[in-house]
Amino acid sequence: MSYSQTIHLHYERLVLTGEVDLHNSPQVRKQLLAILKNGCSVLVDFSELSYIDSSGIATLVEAFNVAKNNQLTLTIIAAAGAPLQVLELTNLNKVFPMVSSLDDIRE
Amino acid sequence: MTSVTQDIIEVKNLVSHYGERQILRNVDFSVKKGEIRVIMGGSGSGKSTLLNHMLALLKPTSGSIKIDQLNILTANRKELSKLRQKMGVAFQGGALFSSMTVGENIKLPLKHHTELDDNTIDIMTRLKLELMNLAGFENLMPSELSGGMLKRAGLARAVIMDPKLLFFDEPSAGLDPVTAVELDELILKLRDAMNMTIVVVTHELESAFKIADKITVLFDGEVVMTGTVDEIKQSSDERIQNLINRRPRNDVVDAEQYIQRLTAGQN
Ligand SMILES: Nc1ncnc2c1ncn2[C@@H]1O[C@H](COP(=O)(O)OP(=O)(O)OP(=O)(O)O)[C@@H](O)[C@H]1O
Ligand SMILES: [Mg+2]
Repeated sequence: MSYSQTIHLHYERLVLTGEVDLHNSPQVRKQLLAILKNGCSVLVDFSELSYIDSSGIATLVEAFNVAKNNQLTLTIIAAAGAPLQVLELTNLNKVFPMVSSLDDIRE
Repeated sequence: MTSVTQDIIEVKNLVSHYGERQILRNVDFSVKKGEIRVIMGGSGSGKSTLLNHMLALLKPTSGSIKIDQLNILTANRKELSKLRQKMGVAFQGGALFSSMTVGENIKLPLKHHTELDDNTIDIMTRLKLELMNLAGFENLMPSELSGGMLKRAGLARAVIMDPKLLFFDEPSAGLDPVTAVELDELILKLRDAMNMTIVVVTHELESAFKIADKITVLFDGEVVMTGTVDEIKQSSDERIQNLINRRPRNDVVDAEQYIQRLTAGQN
């Protein structure tokens, strides 16, 4: 797994690439919580993500809750394939705001 | 380059005894990555024994077992322990620790094998409880659960580490039909979403036919056949037909041996 972070409009966009698993999800967690701590809403970009395990999903849940409690948002971009199926398996596709591409994000 | 889906399980010529008694007879059993394999067979045919061999809990008399490329009969402790982290097992009896809550039982493997934050571990545990329809039962003791709930809690613990390989002994035994159907759905979803390879031991035909990519039929410790659902249904083997039509076995009675068994030790 690797990630890159860029600014998109007034959001921080975190692009996850490869596989998020037990070994690297703590890194994703640290990154997400830091962004939110800075008072910034976050776009988690799944377009390059091939796999996410439940520690990764749990990390998103925790971050989503922190965002919510701070009047911020956490939006998932371009979930497809196995990662989308994991979100559906856990019904979290009905909880997280999800959009199919970055173009759907407005100010 | 041709891409060949590789076998994640390769059991060859497995022979196993309990004491003097031979249980498995030259069992060959290979499973491909991402496959759902069902093991069927009458009570005592050796299904759980085969499972225990694949988990390296028993030593065979002869034969070879490779799991995820590792020869588990020659592997050292460290290699086995690493492999075990990639395998999830839900045993026939559930096997939760009675002195811990349901939640503590389920998160145990995470506490042991990972450095994840407690928040992450708690959410992972609750996600699995939700998945197994056990939301809210986290703080109960196992003794406060019903049989079906215990079974689901055992499954929650088996998949808590997102194993590559899941072994499940008798998932639907003792469950009501609705819960049993939900469990079948769940097994299919786990494979699709997590790309798990799943080996299920079951007596439930309906469930086997619904979830299996292939079925292996064991009879008296021997593999009678491995095939797709259709191949099994169309098999002309009488033992398979008896199993799927629920006909009692028609054992030939050897009068001499029978009376000897009944009167053993008497003169
Ligand atoms: N720990 C043991 N010690 C001695 N014999 C055993 C032991 N466990 C199982 N056996 C014997 O091995 C044979 C196969 O048992 P096994 O538990 O593998 O059957 P099974 O196919 O799983 O049956 P079931 O459908 O009833 O669970 C049986 O004859 C049983 O008596
Ligand atoms: Mg058994």
